[in-house]
This record gives sequence, structure tokens and C-alpha cells, in this order.
Amino acid sequence: MIPKLFRSVITLAIGILLFFPILWMFITSFKTEIEAIKFPPSFIFDLTFSNYFEIQERSNYFKYAFNSIIISLGSTLLGISLSIPVSWSLAFIKNKYKEFILLWILSTKMMPAVGVLVPMYIIFRDIKLLDTLTGMVIILTLTNLPILVWLLYNYFAEIPHEIIESSQIDGATFFQEITKIILPLSLPGISSAFLLSVILCWNEAFWSLMLTSTNSAPLSVFIASFSSPEGLFWAKLSAASVMAVLPIMILGWFSQKQLVAGLTFGAIK
Amino acid sequence: MTYSRSFFGKLILTPTIAVLLLWIVIPLSLTIYYSFQNYNMLDGSPTGYTGWMNYEFFIFDEAFYDAILNTFLIVLSLLLITVFFGFLFASLLNSDIFLSNFIKLLYISPFLIIPSVSALLWKNLMMDPINGFGTFLLNILNFEGIDFLNEYPLGSIITMLSWTWVPFSTLLILTSLKSIDKTIIESAKIDGANHFQISLFIILPNILRSINIIILIETIFFLAVFAEISIATNGGPGTETTNLPFLIFQKGLQNFDVGESSAGGLIAVVLANFVAIFLIKNMSKNI
Repeated sequence: MIPKLFRSVITLAIGILLFFPILWMFITSFKTEIEAIKFPPSFIFDLTFSNYFEIQERSNYFKYAFNSIIISLGSTLLGISLSIPVSWSLAFIKNKYKEFILLWILSTKMMPAVGVLVPMYIIFRDIKLLDTLTGMVIILTLTNLPILVWLLYNYFAEIPHEIIESSQIDGATFFQEITKIILPLSLPGISSAFLLSVILCWNEAFWSLMLTSTNSAPLSVFIASFSSPEGLFWAKLSAASVMAVLPIMILGWFSQKQLVAGLTFGAIK
Repeated sequence: MTYSRSFFGKLILTPTIAVLLLWIVIPLSLTIYYSFQNYNMLDGSPTGYTGWMNYEFFIFDEAFYDAILNTFLIVLSLLLITVFFGFLFASLLNSDIFLSNFIKLLYISPFLIIPSVSALLWKNLMMDPINGFGTFLLNILNFEGIDFLNEYPLGSIITMLSWTWVPFSTLLILTSLKSIDKTIIESAKIDGANHFQISLFIILPNILRSINIIILIETIFFLAVFAEISIATNGGPGTETTNLPFLIFQKGLQNFDVGESSAGGLIAVVLANFVAIFLIKNMSKNI
């Protein structure tokens, strides 16, 4: 067997290699624009924080960050409130169509977004939802709903039925059963769904690119605007990118389980 | 009491299911309807039934063949790359190593990056022909710099996407490796099984089930790749990185040809359905 230390070093080296582009972006964000495109690239340079301030001054970064936050939280809250009743019902109420309903909900997630791109664009245009936060909240809720239903269903299904039955025998009302027993027991599940949904909404880049522009653009669209040749400032691009990805990357580090369970519909956990 | 509980339970299913049903039925019926109409988005409304003309235009467009080919090349190469490296990396991370939880974070981070950030990060900082880090590395190795995105456009896109998705498959395969019951492996060892036998007869069958699911789920994602292509290469040069989603977007929101774009959209739906059927069959075993 390969010795443990050697194996660790190899694994770490590959890890650093995979992480390097992110690290390089982080480093570049503290360079001046001239330093950023210097070739060969510099590894030792005077740190500057000016990119982070200039991004806000020049392009109103916080507006886009605010849009991202509103879209992510709004769609997450709406998505969770729509999925709790379904997941709860499928997990606890006898239903001979349970399997069919779950699989049908899953199948809605299989529909490719481009398949409905043009109609959605036209509908949004006609009901004045193009480039609005409301529109983005609605569309992201719809795309994430199947994932949330499945994630919550899998959590609810693990709550022992005996607990609920004994509460019924003790005379708990329906309302009490939900607020006093099911919600506290499934709080970890609900917060998991919350984290996963925020990450997915924050990183969404299909509907955001299609349906938003100046008013409701989230960070994914704001960063994409750097792709025009005249907007190419590597240091500022890097600073804007670091601010856009860092919070969610860290959130993702703590949500590995939720990512796996959510994106595989509980098939791998 | 039990009757009302069961009734209420079914009642509260309806709002969400109705929402999802509307979300599928309305836009999809419109896609079908538009695909048989002559409709330029700037006209405001469809101007007449055209039969299969939109489909003919879409399918006999030269870009369609490139788009189909590129879509398949992207899906196939990414599946091979993500499963191969995912398995390799997951095995490394699953072995007994120092700092394994910290090192794991390095591996999974690329998956958590916004697609537009990763597209521009690679396009500029990594792959720029003059100032990029790739050129710097090539120079160190005594090679000339390469204009990656113009000389090897599809390869560059696949590289970017691999950077995002290998971490995903690594995380999934690692999770399923960890879920293998340790006691089975221990008892196999006691019965005298060697390392190779344990890998082949215990770990592999367990992993194959997961890899099966991973391949199906990833295919759905890979068929829908869009942001990276749109931002890094805009489908080009020419149509060298145009895939099906990008072509449909171009027809619909750049050329405003609603009919042809919808015809393409329906083709994408049919394509995804082939995979979806397998995936749903597979998932039905898990309920």
C-alpha cells in the first residue's frame, strides 16, 4: 500500500490544482489593472483593495447583489411553502397515487429549459414580468420546486409514524400535530432545503440571462456583462467575481449533504 | 377524523400540483403551437399555420448538424471525464489521508462557482492567448502560447465544464463510497479477501448503481449547457461551440424566429425525454 503521507500529499496537490483558478482569481482581485495583465504574471506585488471599492462606485455592485439576495430568498421561501404541504401529505397520508405523483413531479424537472424558452419569454413580455424580480422569483421557484419536494419528502419520510400516531391518540389536533410535532422534527430538513435552494438560485444562469437586464439582473448576469471587450478589466472582474461567489462557496462547503441529496433526488445520500 | 385527515391531506396536494401542471402544460403547449406557426417575435402575434416548415428550416439549417454533434460531444466527453476523474478523486479522498475534510473542500469548490464567473475566469485569466495563465505555463514548458478558445474551442469549453462537473461527480461518488457498509468489508477481510477482491466484488457493484444514476442526472444537465458557451465563445468561432440550447436561443431571442426556435425547443424536449424515461424508471426503485 502507498504510505499515508505520500497519498495525502498527492491528494492535496490535485486539490490545489483544481482550486487554483479560484485562488488565482482571488489573487488577481488585489492587483492593479496593469499588474493584472502583466506577463509573465506577477506573484509578488503591492496589494490594492481599490478594485473592490471601484466596482461599487462604477457599476453599482450592491444593486445586483441586492437583486440576487431578493431572488434567492424570495424564491426559496415561496418554494419551501409550496413544497412542505405536498411533501408532508405524501409522507404521512396514505395515497395510492403517491409513487405516481412523486415521479411526475420529478419528471417536470427533466423538461429542458430551452424547450419552453420562447413561450416563457413571450408570456413574461405580455404580462410585464420581463426584467422584474417577481418574474425571476416565480420562474426559479418553478424550476426548483421538484428538487425541494423530493428533498423534504425524503426528510419527512424518515420521521417515525409512531410519534404522529401516539400524538393523535393523545388527542392532538391536526394543527397541533403540524406545529408541535412535525415542524420541530423536520426543522433540520427544512433548513437543508433552504440552504440548497439559496445556492441553486444564486448560481442560476439560464433564466437570469434570458429574462433580466438592467432592473432585476442578479450577480450572475452582472458578471456576464464583463464579457464585452470594452468591459475587460481583469482586476475588477476578479474582485466582482470574488464578492459574488465567496459567500455561496462557503455556504456550499457546509451544505455538501444537501447538494448531494437534492441534486440526485435522494438517490445518493 | 381519519376521513377528514385523509381528505385534508389530499386537498393540500392540489395547489402545488396545479402550479406545476400549469408550468408544464401552458408553455409546452405554446411551444408545440408556435412550432407550427409563422411567428416573428417583432410582429407581436403569429401570422399563420405553416405545417412542418419550421422543423424543416431548423433541421436543414447547417448549424443544426453542428449543434447536434457538439451537444453529443459535450455530453459524451463530459460523462467520460466526470466519471473517470470523479471515481479517481473520490477514491483518493476516501482513502485514509491527513486533512481529508479540508482537502475535500478544495475538490468541490469549483462546482459552487456561478457559471458566468467560471466562464469569464477561464476565458480571460486562464485561457487568454497573450496574458493568460495557460500561456504562462506553456512558456515555462518551452511551448508557444495557444489561443485556446479559437484554436480548440470545443475542447476549451469541455475543459471549463469539466472543471465544474468533475467536482460534482467526485462528491457524489465519494458520498456513495462512504455509504458502503464498513462491516461488510471488514468481514470480507476476515474471510481472507484481498484488496483487489474487495474492490471488485464489494465496492464496484455498489458504485455501479450510483454511477448509473450519476450518468443519467448529469446527462440531463449536460444536454442543457448554456451559460458557459454563451459567455465564453458565443457559440463560435462560426458554429464550433454551438450546441442545441444555444442554437434554440439564437433562433428565438436573437433572430426573433419564434416558430423555428419552438421547433428546435421541441426537439430538445424529445431528446431529454429519452434520458428522463430511464432516470424515472431508475428512481422509482428508490421510493
